[in-house]
Amino acid sequence: MARIIAGVASSHVPAIGAAIDNKRTEEPYWKRVFGGFEKSKGWMAQAKPDVAIVVYNDHASAFSVDIIPTFALGCAAEFPPADEGWGPRPVPVVKGHPVLASHIAQSVILDEFDITVVNKMEVDHGLTVPLNLLFGSPAQWPCPVIPLAVNVVMYPPPTGHRCFMLGKAIRKAVESYPEDLRVVIFGTGGMSHQISGPRAGLINSKFDKAFLDSLSGDAKRAIKIPHIEYMREAGAEGIEMVMWLIMRGALDPRVEEVYRFYTVPASNTAVGHIILENRRTPSRKRQSAGSKHKRAAAPARHRNVRRGKR
Amino acid sequence: MPRAEHDYDDIPGTFVFDAEKSRQGYHLNMFCMSLMKDENRKAFKANEGEYLKKFPMTTEQRDAILRREWNRMLELGGNIYFTAKLGATDGLSFQQVAAIMTGSTQQDYAEMMLKGGRSVEGKRSKSTPDGNLRQTKSKRTRKSGKKRG
Repeated sequence: MARIIAGVASSHVPAIGAAIDNKRTEEPYWKRVFGGFEKSKGWMAQAKPDVAIVVYNDHASAFSVDIIPTFALGCAAEFPPADEGWGPRPVPVVKGHPVLASHIAQSVILDEFDITVVNKMEVDHGLTVPLNLLFGSPAQWPCPVIPLAVNVVMYPPPTGHRCFMLGKAIRKAVESYPEDLRVVIFGTGGMSHQISGPRAGLINSKFDKAFLDSLSGDAKRAIKIPHIEYMREAGAEGIEMVMWLIMRGALDPRVEEVYRFYTVPASNTAVGHIILENRRTPSRKRQSAGSKHKRAAAPARHRNVRRGKR
Repeated sequence: MPRAEHDYDDIPGTFVFDAEKSRQGYHLNMFCMSLMKDENRKAFKANEGEYLKKFPMTTEQRDAILRREWNRMLELGGNIYFTAKLGATDGLSFQQVAAIMTGSTQQDYAEMMLKGGRSVEGKRSKSTPDGNLRQTKSKRTRKSGKKRG
């Protein structure tokens, strides 16, 4: 049976992708951002998921204003990087997992989540930037990726509660898949930012930190945040954070916070990142004693650096 | 029929792109979308007015594009992820477009971001004197209690 072993949340600021593509990661401004993901890359290399489900939003790349699906699940065999106006990002083509993806689609639709199935789609920085942050810049992405595009461009996006419940349905779908697969789910976007209008540049670190705290706990407070509160407190585009709740909904009620990073700014945005592991992951039992030991030690080691960065 | 009022109309300096705006700005946004192709970017740059004729927009929308009035475009139904493609065509980054919308230079804007961004204090609401929200119930009760005393 397939299992979700952990959830990862990360901002997906386009300028981060541009910094990677233009080889500017060593500049002090960007080093501050990328430095916060070094430990995460180590964690990911050890977690070695078989599949990643990436919850993200399209930024007028695959979806224009012709069709605006609230939830769109990518069931294709591959997803080429989109040309966002500067040519496609020089990153590997994202390989999908059509069998698991269509299994999830069927399962969640019968669970009353009327998602859109997408069999042809290009993916933009919303999906590829978090992959870079967690996997680095390899010649091929190390595992298949199932994109779940959420509308957060046109108001209203789905509510936080709805997102959380979809996460639960996704978990159920994954756990009803017969093959033994270790799945990591990503929630991306955020944190506080506003990139439009005279109030652009808004950042609310207090809001962001409270959100991270809630996510690390039972997420009850975060689930109840109404759209108006996201927009007022965390900026018009801060509403993207509802996508993190899909990730959280797919995890156990109680999780282990493995790592956290927060910094301001990357371009216009507060960068937030958190890794949450399901406390009891049965698939670990299948691992050799040696690797089990290493994995068990990981949380404590990372916990020391948690909150170390602003 | 006038547009229904929404709670988010109260947020200062913010244009919320809702379903109604997405209908109002359809052609404006589809024009921006066309700029994802290099040949279209070139055609637009060669003759902006002529290129815009392909998209049945209102005169106001057309003028806002020609004059690069970034806030006005949003007011007329444009969405930032779409108008940013026009920015990219002009060689402007998201941050440069954002700086223009706030009426500051990119340097000042970038500096503000480095210092932690724009504070939300006083920027929450148009309808309260201090720009913040009404206080929560318990605080309000406490305050009015003080006044009475």
